Amino acid sequence: MGITGAQALIKFLEEEHVKYIFGYPGGAVLALYDAILESKKIKHVLVRQEQAAVHAASGYARVTGRPGVCLATSGPGATNLVTGLATAYMDSIPVVAITGQVGTDMIGTDAFQEVDIFGITMPITKHNYLVKDVNDLPKVVKEAFHIASTGRPGPVLIDIPKNVSGAVFDYQPPGPVDLRGYKPTYKGHPAQIKNLAKFIQEAERPVILAGGGVISSNANEELYALAEKINAPVTTTLMGLGAFPEDHQLSLGMLGLHGTPYANYAVTNCDLLISLGVRFDDRVISVASKFAPQAKIVHIDIDPAEIGKNVIVDLPIVGDVRLVLEELLKKVTKKEHHSWLQQVKAWKESHPMVYGNLSQLRPQYVIEKLGELTRGKAIITTDVGQHQMWAAQFYKFTKPRSFISSGGLGTMGYGFPAAVGAQLASPDSLVVAITGDGSFQMNMAEMGTATEQCLPIKILLFNNSYLSLVRQLQHFLCGKRYCGVEFTGNPDFVQLANSYPGAVGLRIEKPEDVEPVLKEAINNGKLTVIECRVSEEELVYPVVPPGRSLDEMIHYPVEEGGTNE
Amino acid sequence: MKHTLAVLVENRPGVLTRIAGLFARRGYNIDSLAVGRTDNPLISRMTIVVDGDDRVIEQVSKQLYKLIDVIKLTDITNDEYVDREMILIKVNADPAIRGEIMQIVEIFRARIVDIGRNSLIIEATGDEGKINAIESALRPFGIREVVRTGKIAMSRGPKHKNGKSQELL
Repeated sequence: MGITGAQALIKFLEEEHVKYIFGYPGGAVLALYDAILESKKIKHVLVRQEQAAVHAASGYARVTGRPGVCLATSGPGATNLVTGLATAYMDSIPVVAITGQVGTDMIGTDAFQEVDIFGITMPITKHNYLVKDVNDLPKVVKEAFHIASTGRPGPVLIDIPKNVSGAVFDYQPPGPVDLRGYKPTYKGHPAQIKNLAKFIQEAERPVILAGGGVISSNANEELYALAEKINAPVTTTLMGLGAFPEDHQLSLGMLGLHGTPYANYAVTNCDLLISLGVRFDDRVISVASKFAPQAKIVHIDIDPAEIGKNVIVDLPIVGDVRLVLEELLKKVTKKEHHSWLQQVKAWKESHPMVYGNLSQLRPQYVIEKLGELTRGKAIITTDVGQHQMWAAQFYKFTKPRSFISSGGLGTMGYGFPAAVGAQLASPDSLVVAITGDGSFQMNMAEMGTATEQCLPIKILLFNNSYLSLVRQLQHFLCGKRYCGVEFTGNPDFVQLANSYPGAVGLRIEKPEDVEPVLKEAINNGKLTVIECRVSEEELVYPVVPPGRSLDEMIHYPVEEGGTNE
Repeated sequence: MKHTLAVLVENRPGVLTRIAGLFARRGYNIDSLAVGRTDNPLISRMTIVVDGDDRVIEQVSKQLYKLIDVIKLTDITNDEYVDREMILIKVNADPAIRGEIMQIVEIFRARIVDIGRNSLIIEATGDEGKINAIESALRPFGIREVVRTGKIAMSRGPKHKNGKSQELL
């Protein structure tokens, strides 16, 4: 019995247990939308702009660990996915993007709404396809899900011409995926793991650096076991937040440009750095030649191309972090590091994470309070800017997949649509999108999507009418010559929220408002914008100046009364 | 240092773009890239000459290998291998000096493949050094047009690095 390409696609998505497709319709995807209508298992989530569809799919994927799916039409629909695909690519997030294309007979003629999305997305997807024959479609879709979710995860795009999705064919279920050129290495080399155990045995000042790879390989329990067994402090990258509970005494919080002082000191002074699923981004290492100068560096990663890319390592292990740690745990014995941990404790006491006094409303304080009220268990999504760094610094994450943020690409406009995906992925969780007035305005039209889906997301909006992280850069690097960073046309965000059916707007203006307003928002069960009016003077500290090593960071200025009392 | 990479790839549309694009966006310098299908019509082989130190070449190789369409990649620089390049040169050749040009062609074991009223087209194959030498030997006559294929290379001896289909399928 013949079915259309579109029907075959939806059938396959159902078999893959896809529950949501985030999308926006158009002429080139009519057959696909027609087929979705017939599905009882898949729900279509209509976004307000395609970029939000891919961000939502990525938020969904980050929470569930399974591929998020988005759908856009040809031409402008497809190009609107580009930022989100690049975001997912940089952060290794499994996303399957489906785009419509003009009919195969029209390809190359500059037809209406034609764009070479296959060519455009080559550098920002793990792999992509242009399906010219409907008979190839089942195999391609199966391969796409396989590639997106195995090895180092990443986005995969499938471009389907409209005559292909509309074509009737004799559907044959695809056989097992066998790609000659794609065989990820999961098991670490036993000799290398043995060497690592030896390094650990010899080390006196070890530090574990956990990245996003720990989260994507679900290695948090193995990480916890290793840290406790060898008594090594654990720092994480931005992408690794939540991999290790920050209320644990071995936790150092985040490393890097805006990392905690004690993480930066510990890494600069350690003699063994065990790096798990990280890619040594310049925001993490600052200057490669000055990074962990006294340490033997061990790098465990599933992607061989990451090893030796930015930092020269002493011991590379290619493999899945979880499987490598499982093997490693069998080979290491209990270790104590009293004097090293004493030193780390001393750094924590001498250089704690601080912020200015509460004579005014401080965003750091709001985030800290949110952390207390939710006991570090909410799903936090962020946009990009000062608020993102404060969320990373002051919300004490206790579980993996609870910090959803654009780490690598630094995509403003990510947080709120990602929260839509996150809330659908985990309907019982409290999802808070922490954002700034600049970032929120990039995708605030998604209020409509969240309203339509009855999602009780909390949007914690820090409004200082400034693009404040850029303002901060201009403060430090351009001698306070501020240009293009002031927003004088901001709406009343509380009223804006109130104008959406079922949504509410709340405002925090003073430190004493924080707790009651947050509690009200947490308990109201509604889509809520909480606008915090904060000072534009606030800067993110600590900060490592360009070209400096991590331990040369600038701390919170004493004259500004750095305290969190 | 120049490295010669033998790369087996799926013979599919877009693969060349993927590879060339990877070089461009990561800032690696391709010296030459020659591509054609192997005895297996589903597989193409590329010979890529790339300039860089060991770290660069390691990154190039790893990044290339990450591409789903890349089946196998071998750096044959330090192997014993045979390499060839082909050149077609159209050179000014008034009847009076044709003899002189023909002598040069003879020395390089090249061939004249076309004769015009005032020009000749010469075909030569050989390693890069030989091709460079014939090009400079003919330059004084006035070169009108040159086309070079870029290097193709194959390891000597019994090693199977040339994409034998039975090995791969």
